[in-house]
Amino acid sequence: MELFTPDFGLVFWMFIAFIILFVVLAIWGWPVILKNMDQRADTIDKGVEYAREAKAQLDSAKEQAQKYMEEAQQQQAEMLREAARMKTQLIEEARKEASDEAKKVMDAAKVSIEQQRKEAELQFRNEVSKFSLNIAEKVVRNNLSDDKSHAALVDKMLDEIESN
Amino acid sequence: MRLLMNKRFSVILIFLMVIGLFNPVSLKASEEEGNIDVKEIIFHHLGDGYGWEVPFSHVYRIPLPVIVRAEDGKWICFSSARLTEYLEETDPTTGKVHVIAAPKIVDVEKDGKTYQFVLAHVSKHKNKVVQIFPMAPEEEAKVKSEAKNNPEIQGDIDKAEAVIGGYVGFNEVYYKEYKPHDISITKNVLALLIAAVIVTAMVMSVVWWYYRKGMKAPRKGVGFMEMLIDFIYSGVIKATLHERAKKYAPFLLTCFFFILVMNLVGLIVIFPGGANLTGNIAITLVLAVLVFIITNIMGSKHYWKEIFWPDVPLFLKFPIPIMQFIEIFGIFTKPAALCVRLFANMMGGHMIVITLTLLIFIFAAFGAVAAGGSVFVSVLFSIFMLCLDVLVSFIQAYVFTLLATIFISMSTDKGHHEAHGHKEETKEEAQPAPQGNQVAKA
Repeated sequence: MELFTPDFGLVFWMFIAFIILFVVLAIWGWPVILKNMDQRADTIDKGVEYAREAKAQLDSAKEQAQKYMEEAQQQQAEMLREAARMKTQLIEEARKEASDEAKKVMDAAKVSIEQQRKEAELQFRNEVSKFSLNIAEKVVRNNLSDDKSHAALVDKMLDEIESN
Repeated sequence: MRLLMNKRFSVILIFLMVIGLFNPVSLKASEEEGNIDVKEIIFHHLGDGYGWEVPFSHVYRIPLPVIVRAEDGKWICFSSARLTEYLEETDPTTGKVHVIAAPKIVDVEKDGKTYQFVLAHVSKHKNKVVQIFPMAPEEEAKVKSEAKNNPEIQGDIDKAEAVIGGYVGFNEVYYKEYKPHDISITKNVLALLIAAVIVTAMVMSVVWWYYRKGMKAPRKGVGFMEMLIDFIYSGVIKATLHERAKKYAPFLLTCFFFILVMNLVGLIVIFPGGANLTGNIAITLVLAVLVFIITNIMGSKHYWKEIFWPDVPLFLKFPIPIMQFIEIFGIFTKPAALCVRLFANMMGGHMIVITLTLLIFIFAAFGAVAAGGSVFVSVLFSIFMLCLDVLVSFIQAYVFTLLATIFISMSTDKGHHEAHGHKEETKEEAQPAPQGNQVAKA
């Protein structure tokens, strides 16, 4: 039958057409397509991997930032506390120093007051003794007879003054 | 909107198909002849031709070049339009005039010599172009009388309607015939070239995309093409051949797409399609022979050892080589199966659609109601069968590629030690990684 006997012309052209098609596609077609498809698949894989890494990095960066923030806050709090502590200490110290100084000044003042008082006392004593002598002189001038009893009287009076 | 357009388009398509069936010429043919020669019509549609039918006309043909080698070894080329002449014929009952195509003798002058060709009808080489030589009356009478004595020859010898070997009857005269070597661009050859151009365009569209758009993902047509390529390459070729995939992929992919396009183009009813290509044994034969050549040339030592000294008990292969005989037989049956499977499937599909269409003309004899009913039924079934054939086109292309891949894989296998095969597989899988790095560097 006609259908089951291959026709020479068709076999000939089929062979030529197939070989030409094969050569053309094997040189310019398939290798380019397969290479590009592979490359694109790789690129996509890498892109996905990259995105995943980037996300992981971003997450870790966020965490890091959070950590830094917390640390900074902690430090800040600590510094504030330190500052407060230092402030009170300084105030305390200043107060102490001031009181010391004041005490010293007071002491000095006391000493000088004492000295001045002693000096004044001494002066006063001298004055008093001078006055007394003058008084005595006058008394003596008036009443020399009873010199000794007068002198004793004067001394006694002086002692009384002193004890006051 | 697009959906609507598609719907409208398909409705128009169906309408055109129905119109085609009611084509005045074809209806007239059935009216005139009463009972139609179904077998003749089927084989005419499945077979090859020197011209290509003009859409919706059974008379006019698109002329194609006829290239033949005459008896004296000269190559002669002429247009197939010269093989027929268009005659006007008046219908005796209705008085209508219609055109018929009648064969005629072609005289070709070349180098001062006249060559005569005719499209043989009453001959062993039916529907082929043959070179003819007129005979002297006494010579013809001798041939006829010899034929009359031969009981095997049937038909009216006097009217030159009986087939006599070596002679061709034309217009009640016998001529001596010579069947020339024929490499004409027939309908099938042109369809083949068109299919090849379509495949090239399809593949190059993808390549062109890579040159223009680089790594961008293609969509629509190019994307579909890439999906198909990947489906065959990753799903069939790479899965079977592993590290040998790159080497055989061009052949197998070319096979797949060429067969697929030929199958699908064959299903289109009018001009650029309609040629029953993969349902022609010449086409599938070439494909199968190519697979045969590749499997046997590339065959490994292991493959030949399996044929000539297979691992079977000694008595099966030593004194009488039973296994060797079977194996050698198998070398030829494998590609033969490829050839026949594709051919039979596609031819069967075409044959069913044509037969369903012809049902209308068979039932037309039983009156208007039967004709109307059979139109509805056969159009419905034809459309269903064509849809099925689209599926079969794909499946057969896929199966051909799959089997060719398996045959190549079996013949080029270096040996079937489990560990070896496993090692190769891991090697193959490890390979893409360094490639990726190269791409990154680039």
